[in-house]
Amino acid sequence: MSVGIVVFPGSNCDRDVRWALEGCLGLPCRFLWHGERDLSGIEAVVLPGGFSYGDYLRCGAIARFAPVLEEVGRFARGGGPVLGICNGFQVLTEMGLLPGVLTRNRGLHFLCQSSELAVEPGQCHWLRQYQPGEKIHLPIAHGEGRYHLEAEERERLEGEGQIVLRYQSNPNGSVGDVAGITNQAGNVLGLMPHPERACEAALGGEDGRRMLAAALA
Amino acid sequence: MLDPAGEATRAAAERLGVEGVNRLRIGKAIDLEVEARDVGEAEAKVQKLSDRLLANPVIEDWSLDIKEVAQGGEA
Repeated sequence: MSVGIVVFPGSNCDRDVRWALEGCLGLPCRFLWHGERDLSGIEAVVLPGGFSYGDYLRCGAIARFAPVLEEVGRFARGGGPVLGICNGFQVLTEMGLLPGVLTRNRGLHFLCQSSELAVEPGQCHWLRQYQPGEKIHLPIAHGEGRYHLEAEERERLEGEGQIVLRYQSNPNGSVGDVAGITNQAGNVLGLMPHPERACEAALGGEDGRRMLAAALA
Repeated sequence: MLDPAGEATRAAAERLGVEGVNRLRIGKAIDLEVEARDVGEAEAKVQKLSDRLLANPVIEDWSLDIKEVAQGGEA
């Protein structure tokens, strides 16, 4: 029983995620190379941050066709917990597992800073250990994190409780201050902030621990 | 749909002294050379590519322009 961490050419947070899961939380992990199809023994999947396939064409657009993601898609549709962080979130939207799209930050700058988030009420597997309304701090590090979704569909998402993380001070121009969304079933979470960078006090905060701990909880 | 790169470029056009640029949006042009029996088949291929890979239908529109070339030739 272990957590699968997908590694694309250009991923650069895969080892950080492994350190957070294994080093900080003691959860066994296995790297899943992009060409692999074997998910045996995998109980949860994390798509880490980085620049998969150089972010060519659009962020996440080419990663979507990686063999491993066919299996991850099946795993997710079957209810398996999947967490997409930053570039992983972009990949999940390109795969169609989550609605919307991440576009260039409003201010054009790459943003690398702490962000305050509100955990909204909703049924998300990855946020079960947080209180609804709780405020947490996680770092962000992205150039293309401005979430976009047409108003009508966004209202539907609001109604279904799928907008589960919101910026308290919107850094990138995301509609509705969206920082993270979940699918209807609540097993898939995509977020731009980096929980793996907030799992030990030495890094300035531990608000990400409960999110990653949910992988095998 | 907000296009911050387009807006920044429009502002630069003003600084260059070119007035009256009211709208500037940045998109992509993609050149393909496609083997097909006829224009219809080429169009079908490019349509599928555009819908499923080249464009993201959530935020991007696309149009295509086909030119026939001899096999292995240049347009």
